Amino acid sequence: MKVTFPHMGNAWIVIQALFEALDVEVVVPPPSGKGTLNLGTKLAPESACLPLKINLGNYIEAAAKGADTIVITGGSGPCRFGFYGESERQILADAGYDFEVVILEPPGGSLWGLARRIRYLAGSRNSWARIVRAVRFAYEKSVVLDQVEDLIHQARPRFSDAAGAEKLYAIARQHLIESASYESLHRVPVRLAQNIRDSQGDANGSGGKEPLRIGIVGEIYTILEPFASLDVEQQLGALGAEVDRSIYLSGWVGQHIFRGLAQGYRPLRVYSRLAKPYLEHMVGGHGLETVGAAVSFARRGFDGILQLLPLGCMPEIVAAGILPRIQADFSIPIMTLTLDEHTGRAGLQTRLEAFVDLLERRKSGRLKRGSVLSVAGK
Amino acid sequence: MLRENNYYLGVDVGSVSTNLVLLDEREQAAKTLYLRTMGRPMQTIQEGLRMLRSEFPQAHIAGVGTTGSARQLAATLLGADVVKNEITAHAVAASRLHPGVQTILEIGGQDSKIICLRDGVVVDFAMNTVCAAGTGSFLDQQAARLGIPIEEFGPTAVRAEHPVRIAGRCSVFAESDMIHKQQLGHSLPDILAGLCQAMVRNYLNNVGKNKEIISPILFQGGVAANPGIRRAFEQELGQEVIVPEHFAVMGALGAAYLAQEKLTSQGGSGAGSRFRGLQLAETTFQAGSFECSGCANRCEVVEIFQDGQILARWGDRCGKWSAENQAAAHCARAAEQTIRA
Repeated sequence: MKVTFPHMGNAWIVIQALFEALDVEVVVPPPSGKGTLNLGTKLAPESACLPLKINLGNYIEAAAKGADTIVITGGSGPCRFGFYGESERQILADAGYDFEVVILEPPGGSLWGLARRIRYLAGSRNSWARIVRAVRFAYEKSVVLDQVEDLIHQARPRFSDAAGAEKLYAIARQHLIESASYESLHRVPVRLAQNIRDSQGDANGSGGKEPLRIGIVGEIYTILEPFASLDVEQQLGALGAEVDRSIYLSGWVGQHIFRGLAQGYRPLRVYSRLAKPYLEHMVGGHGLETVGAAVSFARRGFDGILQLLPLGCMPEIVAAGILPRIQADFSIPIMTLTLDEHTGRAGLQTRLEAFVDLLERRKSGRLKRGSVLSVAGK
Repeated sequence: MLRENNYYLGVDVGSVSTNLVLLDEREQAAKTLYLRTMGRPMQTIQEGLRMLRSEFPQAHIAGVGTTGSARQLAATLLGADVVKNEITAHAVAASRLHPGVQTILEIGGQDSKIICLRDGVVVDFAMNTVCAAGTGSFLDQQAARLGIPIEEFGPTAVRAEHPVRIAGRCSVFAESDMIHKQQLGHSLPDILAGLCQAMVRNYLNNVGKNKEIISPILFQGGVAANPGIRRAFEQELGQEVIVPEHFAVMGALGAAYLAQEKLTSQGGSGAGSRFRGLQLAETTFQAGSFECSGCANRCEVVEIFQDGQILARWGDRCGKWSAENQAAAHCARAAEQTIRA
């Protein structure tokens, strides 16, 4: 058995660590790219959401490296993701790929059913105690991963050279991959923070002024996968904005896989309370979290909010209909970006630049007439 | 201190047109050029420079700003002081000419946008995303199909007595609906006016969705030349729509204002403009591209050559190639100086 899984940003670091700790042979698909998407688009229905198309591409690229078993989480509720595992199994079978698909969810609410699936993956050589230890360590790794990403979000706008922050990011990710004990794991963000401080000497990107703060909300896959968001976080960083997100990986793992038993780096629980004046009910996916997080960012004094909406994502469409009210109530600019495989980088770049200009002019205060046109941005 | 022959150059390179504006020290547009890009942006920019040079042989360019979808290309070629997205550039020009403007409707060759300003600050904007119905290219196409010059499109539409209703959701279906209406025997002015109304409905439902449209309203971009569209906007909004004098080159004008502002804010004592000179019209630019095989991203990297020497590269996500740009530009400058000396 060679296990593979779909990519979602840096999640592969955590998933690989989990399977390796259990001595399960794992194939990490090559990073998602244009080729991946081309493979997926050929098989997927045209109207399927973008993540499904990229998933399929990941599997096919993993099959070329010998993978024969797919692991994916499931879900229930009005979001198509809950049905990804089964639809992907059927699409792949039709295309002649003989994959075993293991969906990690309690089938029909049966925890015993979930346990049987985990046992199938882990094989008989692993004791339950060992499985629990491996899962706990992988979870801790996801929390540290989120800390690393957050540090990078803060560092990007403060570097004069855009490539500088990316270099430190790559080093930190490598440390994360290599760390095999809690001790070495917890050293990763400490070392990254130190590296960032050390290079502040030549890092005067923001010219000493505080960078803009933009909150990113929206559908989880698009937020976490830079290939799907066309590197929106990196682009905003290069434009001099510090970003924060509504959802980080460990928060989603805690809520979605551990059913709220763990809270992760950025707990999602608070969002439903914050969303209440606007939306009282879950609408599937992370629609409720998008609304709640927008309120949270607005209250915390962020300069602007960006919603990432993969074309046709129902929960995010519901949220997009509510965001203008939050924009009016808190007088905070909110922009929605619709993304799919046809989205061009140039159009996105123009919108991001204009959005950053808009926020900078607002931040620099009501200037006297005439100086209103002071050159915004860099 | 005013200097004669001191100008700021604004260049807006879009999908359909390349616009150049020369702004004099009194902040007046001394010259505006509206040229068709025809898919050859570099040659079109050079042609514009040639025209400016022959008309203003003594001109001293004190600063350059570029905007439009090819703003980066134009900036590299010219040595621009300011590179700005077209949304900001349009807002800047509009609020300079009409300081109280609250809404800007802009329809260009292949994109359309709406910009909302309050107290002189941009507070909201939107740009067409998935659909180009109602933009200049489509109107161009329809005029050609009907065998009338685009300049007569608007004036003909304004003569309509009973505009017909045309399905404007999608440009392909709008076209079949128009053919149908022609075959029913409706007059040309009625059909054109109906098309204008359909375009305006489509614009307001897509780009203008959720936006507060308050007067004063400015209508700019190449399509503002069409009085039929302007009238359809006024009827639909029930408010006056102003078409500014330089409606077709507002982006370039905004870029020129931004360049002026940047260079004068440096107090004149600054490093001065990075403009590489009007004689650029006489050199040869070439573009090429290759797929970088450095990683899985497989970026398409664009290369710009001037007289066979590399001037700039971009399109890479990691910065491996574009990082060399400054060095390359420096080499090109050094080479130029050697040639001049």
